[in-house]
Amino acid sequence: MIGTQPIDLYARKISDEKQGSVLDGSSKGTEKRYEVLHKDYADPDSLRKLAGAIKDHTLHHLGDYLAKAEAALTKRGAKVHFAATAEDARQEILSILRGHGVTQLTKSKSMAAEEIHLNPFLIENGIECLESDLGEFIVQLDNDEPSHIVKPIIHKNRREIARTFQREGIAADYNDDPETITRRARVHLREKYMLAQAGITGANFVCADTGRLTLVTNEGNSRFGMAPAPVHIALVGIEKVIPREQDLSVFLNLLGRSATGQQLTVYTEFINGPKSANQPDGPEHMHVVFMDNGRTDVLASNCREILRCIRCGACQNVCPVYRQASGHAYRSTYGGPVGAVLSPLLFGDRFPELADLPKASSLCGACNEVCPVDIPIPDLLLRLRDKAKREGVHSPAAVPMTPFSALATSPSLWRTAMTMSKAMNHLPIHVAPIKPLQDWLGQRTLPESRGGDFRKWMKTRQSK
Amino acid sequence: MSRSAIFAKIEAATSALKNKAPLPEYDLTVVHSPRKLEGSDLWEIFSRNFKAVNGKAMSSIDELADFLQSSAQTHGYCDPTLFDAIGSKLAAAGLTVETTYERERYDDYQFGITRATGAIAESGTVIIDDDRTSHRLAALSPWVHVAVLEKSEIHRTIPEAIAAFGDSPNIIWCTGPSKTADVEGILIEGVHGPGEQIAFLV
Repeated sequence: MIGTQPIDLYARKISDEKQGSVLDGSSKGTEKRYEVLHKDYADPDSLRKLAGAIKDHTLHHLGDYLAKAEAALTKRGAKVHFAATAEDARQEILSILRGHGVTQLTKSKSMAAEEIHLNPFLIENGIECLESDLGEFIVQLDNDEPSHIVKPIIHKNRREIARTFQREGIAADYNDDPETITRRARVHLREKYMLAQAGITGANFVCADTGRLTLVTNEGNSRFGMAPAPVHIALVGIEKVIPREQDLSVFLNLLGRSATGQQLTVYTEFINGPKSANQPDGPEHMHVVFMDNGRTDVLASNCREILRCIRCGACQNVCPVYRQASGHAYRSTYGGPVGAVLSPLLFGDRFPELADLPKASSLCGACNEVCPVDIPIPDLLLRLRDKAKREGVHSPAAVPMTPFSALATSPSLWRTAMTMSKAMNHLPIHVAPIKPLQDWLGQRTLPESRGGDFRKWMKTRQSK
Repeated sequence: MSRSAIFAKIEAATSALKNKAPLPEYDLTVVHSPRKLEGSDLWEIFSRNFKAVNGKAMSSIDELADFLQSSAQTHGYCDPTLFDAIGSKLAAAGLTVETTYERERYDDYQFGITRATGAIAESGTVIIDDDRTSHRLAALSPWVHVAVLEKSEIHRTIPEAIAAFGDSPNIIWCTGPSKTADVEGILIEGVHGPGEQIAFLV
């Protein structure tokens, strides 16, 4: 079916090749992720609900926990900063970097940094800033944007990547073997790590009791970014706080399994301060920038449950709309079901422009079933549809439903319409000069009307 | 400025909430995976789960020396405090072993032998903490990382390992070799970190 919402228009423009990559990449591994969770736990649902309840509690008491995390980090020698907006965050990071005289850095994957377009900003300001996650590195070379939370280049195939490496001089020749691609990136990035004066990371969790930031990667890139470099800057959304270290047991067990079907991601790093005095490698300075950028608005809304999200990407993988449309069709940092809720709220001034996203769902509920923190995404999508309606956001595909409601609420009118509808089979309605009808029919093929047949059948059935 | 603005907005958003969610009480055993914990010997449980994530568990110097020779990883670094127990024996078997790691020559080190400061049996995880690790880079840049482990330092479960964090400002858990599936979902090992992760029991 073809729609006229912006997301449909975008999805229609993507090439078959790209669409195939997204469909394969998102469907792959779904059974494995399900199996790992269900093999290891007799009742994974109760664990998901527990994780959701811990997150809800934290969000409802966010002020207390954020202040605790700040105090713990400060005590351990980290410098804590706050940024209310994207611009504040960019300026804060730039000023930290300038304060340390940094001109060259590596950055590990961070959705928060994507959200504020940190890379282009730093580069404009004369700081060489290189993405170190393999996927994000390729995205940066292509001047593209990630299209999946954990698989940023889900929309690219090996041929495209090999062409990029050749074009950008990462390799002298074309070679699309995935292992060769990976080795070439290894060699290239290694030199950069060794020269970098700072490493920027995000954080998956921050424990309020000890301030420990938890960072997970499979490649080891965030660890490498923090081994030779003397400065570490972590950009962290304020909703990443969890109450205690012990709660990590719940979240880490769910994050790896939900994201990639692993019990634990390969590298899980816990950091609450500059390196140990006797350790020759690692940052002597640690800065943590806690960023709001719309999160407190989401917290004040009736969709605050979306702030439970731990960015595993599971909802994207199972969503039939995401699989067909690709992440870029959501036109914001976050695609898929989580993005359909988060993006219109987080980027509040863009709400009218992104108001089609909550409608891009059949409400099948697959996203909620796989969500490790049990976010009721279908409910939140409905609340956002309601918000759009109340705020009078224009929807290009809306068909006036008033005549239909009138028909459907009057049994006699309905009966007449049923009988009459058979006549439609013989009328050329597809050329009727009624604009809304044409828009609607333009995307649909009507089945032949069999008006009234069911009622007749019911009557004869009952009399038997 | 940003700080007070953010806290004020959080306060405004949360103070009016009715039915604030309580912190759930739960028994940490709910996160244990019974399937992964089968068995009684912690080294055995660890080895099985470590193997499942493509790690290699060893306890014999000969086996380690053979592995390094046969995979042509013959030049490496060894934590000086482990030289007598391991490094010297590998040197005797014909491998080149240095006890200093010089950053400028990072490409020279094909293997790195450093101390694991613990392990997790349930997940097949090696723990490295800053306070007792001679060089972060020596455990990261070589193709082969050998994490030297004492049996008494193996934790049974993930919650136990978290409870034992202690005071170190930096702890890293390594659950197998470095890997990616970014290119078409195909698993490739050895992206930035080691392509071979070995746990060596002493």
